[in-house]
Amino acid sequence: MTHDFAAIERIMRRGRAIMLAGLVGLVGVYALALGYTPAEKMQGLAFKILYVHAPSAWAMEMAFVLVGIVGILYFWLQDSRLDVFAEASATVGMVFATVLLTTGPIWGRTIWGVWWAWDPRLTFTLLLYLLFAGYFALRSALRDPVERARFGAVIGIMGMLLVPFIHLTVNLFRSQHPPPVLGRPPCLPDHPDCAPSLPWELLKPLLVSFVVFTTLYIGFVTVRYGIGLKRAAMEERDAE
Amino acid sequence: MRSGRGRVTILRAALAIAAKDLRIEWRHRTAFATAILFAVLVLLVTVFAHDTGGVSLYTLGPSVLWVVLSLATLVTLNRAFLLERENHAIEGILMAPVSASALFWGKWLANLVLVIVVEAVAIPLWMIFFNVDPSPRLFGVGAVAVLAAAGFTAPGTLFSAMAVRTRFAELLLPVLLLPFLIPPLFFAAQATAQVLAGTPLADLWSWLRLLALYDIAFLALAAMLFPAVMDQ
Repeated sequence: MTHDFAAIERIMRRGRAIMLAGLVGLVGVYALALGYTPAEKMQGLAFKILYVHAPSAWAMEMAFVLVGIVGILYFWLQDSRLDVFAEASATVGMVFATVLLTTGPIWGRTIWGVWWAWDPRLTFTLLLYLLFAGYFALRSALRDPVERARFGAVIGIMGMLLVPFIHLTVNLFRSQHPPPVLGRPPCLPDHPDCAPSLPWELLKPLLVSFVVFTTLYIGFVTVRYGIGLKRAAMEERDAE
Repeated sequence: MRSGRGRVTILRAALAIAAKDLRIEWRHRTAFATAILFAVLVLLVTVFAHDTGGVSLYTLGPSVLWVVLSLATLVTLNRAFLLERENHAIEGILMAPVSASALFWGKWLANLVLVIVVEAVAIPLWMIFFNVDPSPRLFGVGAVAVLAAAGFTAPGTLFSAMAVRTRFAELLLPVLLLPFLIPPLFFAAQATAQVLAGTPLADLWSWLRLLALYDIAFLALAAMLFPAVMDQ
């Protein structure tokens, strides 16, 4: 682990700059979605929550997948910085998952008439959220940093294998569960028009928001990574 | 590639570890008795918590059975490595000339046997309390129970080895394991509901196949990751 505090400071400065760019972009997404995008025909204003909801889902998935991939790399390279990165990515993933789990029910309440309709994607997010809550509970209960890194990587890798099973479960569960009464027609073979493709003027802000949320993810993770490196370096220095 | 002789050694060591665990359990019978008592109590709790004017107990049966069995599995799993923590017994095992893989398979086998024994007592009690008539179809539930037990104990054995190294083992194990129990729990509850509803046994196959797929995937990965957890 590096003791070069100046180098860590440089990483954090870079992270803060990216984060700031992302936050400015976020203001731009709000302005674009609220001021310059027409209301959707069926859902009206409620549809605009999509511009926060969908890119959060993307950022969360990227964050959690990286925890698993970095877990595999950790066992291969045994570099403690990989664990610092995994923890940073998991923390940021939890933030985006919280955004998803807040905006999802608000949208659901308006469109489906219920806060929680056991929609497969929201249920999937909730289960991932709980999985990573366990990841943090385990980390906080371990004192030895090497053990923390190893066990964290194990949960990250096991979580990656769990993802397809959760995906299957929530979809099968949904097919056994009555669909919400209000809202869009279910996607059945005889309803090919159930999910029409987005017209360009509605799609454009969405594409912008994906770029902005990716920038936010990179900014947040870089700052958290810097904080993690600093904490580890200080712990090491104190131990010496 | 591991040689055939290496595999035999692992198998022999795993069987020895499983036999040791089961022998200790047979002499004490604490975990087994506690798990059974716990299962019966949770069965009663669900009966008294259910709305007597609403859904019949029979309809609730499959859901209750799998809530009870997954919680009883957690109680059973807690003991697997707590046993080794006493007097630092784990250090003795780690110093013995057996591989970490053998330790995983041995511990998993002992856990599997214990969970199946708990199921073998809890399922007949559930049948009595929930008015499920005995019929040859219930062998279907037996097959589901064995496959689900293998699925529950695969990540369970790995996580109990990790949880026991922390200060809050009893609290951490459920928090870590329950998200992993949701897919097999769902497959098993659906299969049980189909058995009770009298659908053709052939329809059960799709659920059994999903359970078997889960078992194979998680057993393979947990066995692969276990040496990293035991590395001291």
